[in-house]
Amino acid sequence: MSDLPKYLAQALLYGAFALFIGVFSSWPPYHQLQPDQALIKLSIKHHGKLIAECRQRSAEELAKMPANMRQAADCKRERSPVAVEVDIDGLAAYRHLAEPSGLSKDGASTVYQRFVVGAGPHRLAVRVNDDARIAGFNHQREEAVTLVAGHVLVIDFQGEGITLQ
Amino acid sequence: MKLRATLDSGSRQAYRHLEHGFDAAFDAANPWRHLGALAFLFLCLVLATGTYLYVVIDTSVLGVYRSIGDLDRAPRSLGGLMHSLHRYAADAFMLVTLLHLGRELLLGRYKHFRAFSWLTGVPLLGFAFVSGVVGFWLKWDQLAHFSVVASAEWLDALNLFGVPITRNFLSVATVSDRLFSLFIFVHIGAPLLLIFGLWFHLQRLAAADVFPPLTLTLGSCATLLALSLLAPVASAAAADLSLIPAALAMDWFYLWPHLLMYATSAQTLWALAALLAIALFLLPLLPGAALAAAAAVHPEHCNGCRRCVEDCPFAAIVMVPNPKAKTQLAQVLPELCARCGICAGACPAASASRASGFVTGIDMPEAPLATLHRELQRGLERIGERGVVVFGCGQGAATGQLASAEVAAFSLNCVGMLPPSFVDHALRNGAAGVLVAACRPGGCAFRMGDRWTAERLTGVREPKLRTGFEPQRLRLVRADCGEEETVASALAEFRRALEQPAADNKLSTRMASNV
Repeated sequence: MSDLPKYLAQALLYGAFALFIGVFSSWPPYHQLQPDQALIKLSIKHHGKLIAECRQRSAEELAKMPANMRQAADCKRERSPVAVEVDIDGLAAYRHLAEPSGLSKDGASTVYQRFVVGAGPHRLAVRVNDDARIAGFNHQREEAVTLVAGHVLVIDFQGEGITLQ
Repeated sequence: MKLRATLDSGSRQAYRHLEHGFDAAFDAANPWRHLGALAFLFLCLVLATGTYLYVVIDTSVLGVYRSIGDLDRAPRSLGGLMHSLHRYAADAFMLVTLLHLGRELLLGRYKHFRAFSWLTGVPLLGFAFVSGVVGFWLKWDQLAHFSVVASAEWLDALNLFGVPITRNFLSVATVSDRLFSLFIFVHIGAPLLLIFGLWFHLQRLAAADVFPPLTLTLGSCATLLALSLLAPVASAAAADLSLIPAALAMDWFYLWPHLLMYATSAQTLWALAALLAIALFLLPLLPGAALAAAAAVHPEHCNGCRRCVEDCPFAAIVMVPNPKAKTQLAQVLPELCARCGICAGACPAASASRASGFVTGIDMPEAPLATLHRELQRGLERIGERGVVVFGCGQGAATGQLASAEVAAFSLNCVGMLPPSFVDHALRNGAAGVLVAACRPGGCAFRMGDRWTAERLTGVREPKLRTGFEPQRLRLVRADCGEEETVASALAEFRRALEQPAADNKLSTRMASNV
């Protein structure tokens, strides 16, 4: 091959390389949600209540213990699993029992779930039970929300209760 | 097994057609034959531009988007160009790295003596992905938000972390400057590990081409620079953790695993990643054809010249003290030996014209040069003065079918196994000419066979071909496996030319250009 066609071929191939890099570095676009959808994220990190009542040690028991270890209350380390239920527009969307983390089950329970919903008004009901000693749910919240397209609503459970943000 | 062999052969042939097409435009600077070196070049570009960006951008949560935005607003300024080059070089690096892996896989270059390079190369892909993906987070735009959340969801699926990582990206309040310090640490640390890993990756390769040929280097850099000028990189809108944008300008070189995860599940992506990693790591253990015996040193004929050490493409030969002399002695490391015989071709003791009989300091036990020497003697007697000797490569174009009453054809493990003294011997003992069929430049299955052969025959590398015969009586032709027709045509033309002494000068010129 004489030089000119060779250089032209090189230019063409370099151009094709640049085109490939340039195009696929930003195209085709990705649509995480449809134009009429929104996202609800349920994200909870919470230490459930202790699984059993603490027992009060007697004076005799305390006397037998080393002075630096005399704690009046004898508490088990294990914590309650956290039960979570989410209803969206009256329909059960999520049911989960999150076990406490850690080998002794004394860590936090965590929950993470995404719900893709249509944009517009929704009725949310969130129920949480963080105490295995009681039946039902000790925290709950119901609320009507209006989600615009692309909006991310986060359901969390902080010390003050269930939050929507 | 037969179907697999057919598919392998078909895909290799198809690939070779592609590679040969590029040969026409690039000659020895064919990018397909320098993919590893090209990847390193792009990595160097990424490191150089990344160093500049690290100096000029504010790496705080609030400052990073603004400072990168400042660069993007002047896309053809130095800073803007550095940003675009950084991104495009990173994309090119990933593309070329994947092509490099695919090429070696297709050509079956992952077993035996290549296993070390393969196994040390696979983890580098992980470092490249980690570094690249975290780089997108540092821009802290909508794409960064999408990628960081997707990555966090993927990591959380393992349930290894006490606090889910996703909780760091629920609201603006949870994203801190300290988190960005972590991003920077990973974005810089992963490439450093990558470079450290590259050092291992190249350990078993002698005379490795770290950088591509100059023309390819300049062409590649100019291409990325032109792309940066014509289509500067722009950030998306600033990250807003309460919003998901309608469309994201996706980088498909690094971020496609996120899409795969959302199309399936985080667990599926983990399973696929684990399966891929296991498959890549286990490939060298797949059953295959047994290797022939490794090269063997004949201590009584080794003079310790080190030429085999210098020519071995896989650093499989070391020098040790010779217990019977004051010189050193070559020693072959069998687990590293490629069985190519290039060391035998480098041995100056392998003189084909020695009156006391043929000897060599190093040889291939299952295809010894002594056998080739005997066959050459018989061939020279058979073909007569008009005859031509053809030395071919067992990995390149087959030459066996060229044998005829006036053509003696020999196939070696690799053409690099041919000691130049055999060419000289053939030319001085009756052959009208010698045609050496080597693989295309850079196409040697053992990396260096074609190059060392050309350099030995042109007298720029030891052992050099002796001079004193008409140069037009020697022809070097380049042909890969499947290009048997090229060798046959070259042989026919060579024989015609040998019968026309008037064309001496033309032939001589052609030979030089071929070499």
